[in-house]
Amino acid sequence: MENFEPVIVAYCCHYCAYTAADMAGSKRLSYPPNVKIIRVPCSGKVDMIHILKALEKGADGVYVAGCLEGDCHFNTGNVRASKRVAYIKKMLDEIGIGGERVEMFSMSAGMGERFAQTASEFTEKIRKLGPNPARAAA
Amino acid sequence: MITAEQKPMKELVECVRPFQRILLAGCNECVTVCAAGGRKEVGILASALKLQFQAEGKPIEITEITLERQCDPEYVEELVAQIDKVDAVLSMACGCGVQEVARRYTDKPVFPAVNTKFMGASERQGVWAERCQGCGDCVLGLTGGVCPVARCSKQILNGPCGGSTNGKCEVSSDTDCAWQLIWDRLKALGKLDQYEENIPAKDWRSGRGGGPRKIVREDLAS
Ligand code: SF4
Repeated sequence: MENFEPVIVAYCCHYCAYTAADMAGSKRLSYPPNVKIIRVPCSGKVDMIHILKALEKGADGVYVAGCLEGDCHFNTGNVRASKRVAYIKKMLDEIGIGGERVEMFSMSAGMGERFAQTASEFTEKIRKLGPNPARAAA
Repeated sequence: MITAEQKPMKELVECVRPFQRILLAGCNECVTVCAAGGRKEVGILASALKLQFQAEGKPIEITEITLERQCDPEYVEELVAQIDKVDAVLSMACGCGVQEVARRYTDKPVFPAVNTKFMGASERQGVWAERCQGCGDCVLGLTGGVCPVARCSKQILNGPCGGSTNGKCEVSSDTDCAWQLIWDRLKALGKLDQYEENIPAKDWRSGRGGGPRKIVREDLAS
């Protein structure tokens, strides 16, 4: 448990969070290497199955990062994504995995600091929660 | 379409618990359209169940399959290839599909993964509402295409009742008064004289009042 390094999967929208990650890099801001970024064309592309599969395959936490409200390149992809995340959270609470392992964040392409901060805070939160029970028992 | 909603995870987990190998069977028809039991929902439920049992330290095997239709024996037959390799079937089809699977594979426990709700239509993305109760003697021609049997809380054939307020039903302000809708529609059609005519009492034997129903088409039946 002391050596627990959480595996975090972050689905990042190409138009905002993914670019914000790039911005964080350009600014030499560091964020935990635990966060594995998967670029998606829009946060609305992320379906429940993608989040569940990440957990099933051993992720300890998953987050979706999309554009600020009103800024989605496809109008409402981010709104849809956050509704799906809310649904999955409820389901994970019901099956004892814990909904707090999944989160939705929003940021713009220019928010390198916010990207790095979000990645750090989420990683710490999952570190405190401990390993994904499905992974721990496997 | 026939609409359905997934059962609570807790209930599903308990019904799967005694088994090691599960066949999770979806249906490509109505339950796909109402996002309750199609291929996508099969994937999500399989993943959620696997997570649950992995976390308990006793992983289960889930085979995913989505049939074209579970209410037709021809398609249910396709499960033959999998059925001996599983301990139980969890069906995401409506009650008709679940029963077809149970009828064909008599020695295999079959469980419903959804609660079948009603025959309805899609009001908008993600919202379905009841439209028909299959009364077996359709009156839509008299009521401007709005069903008083399925959409009036009291099923009255000559409405509205005194509970109709501002177009809404007294049962719930989310529910349109069917008889208001009927009036509006007949008015738009210039058929208000039709509204004045009393619809006689309905013979409910054509519906569930006559017990389980069957359609036999002699020209088609083998
Ligand atoms: S009158 Fe009967 S058959 Fe026609 S829509 Fe209503 S319930 Fe269905």
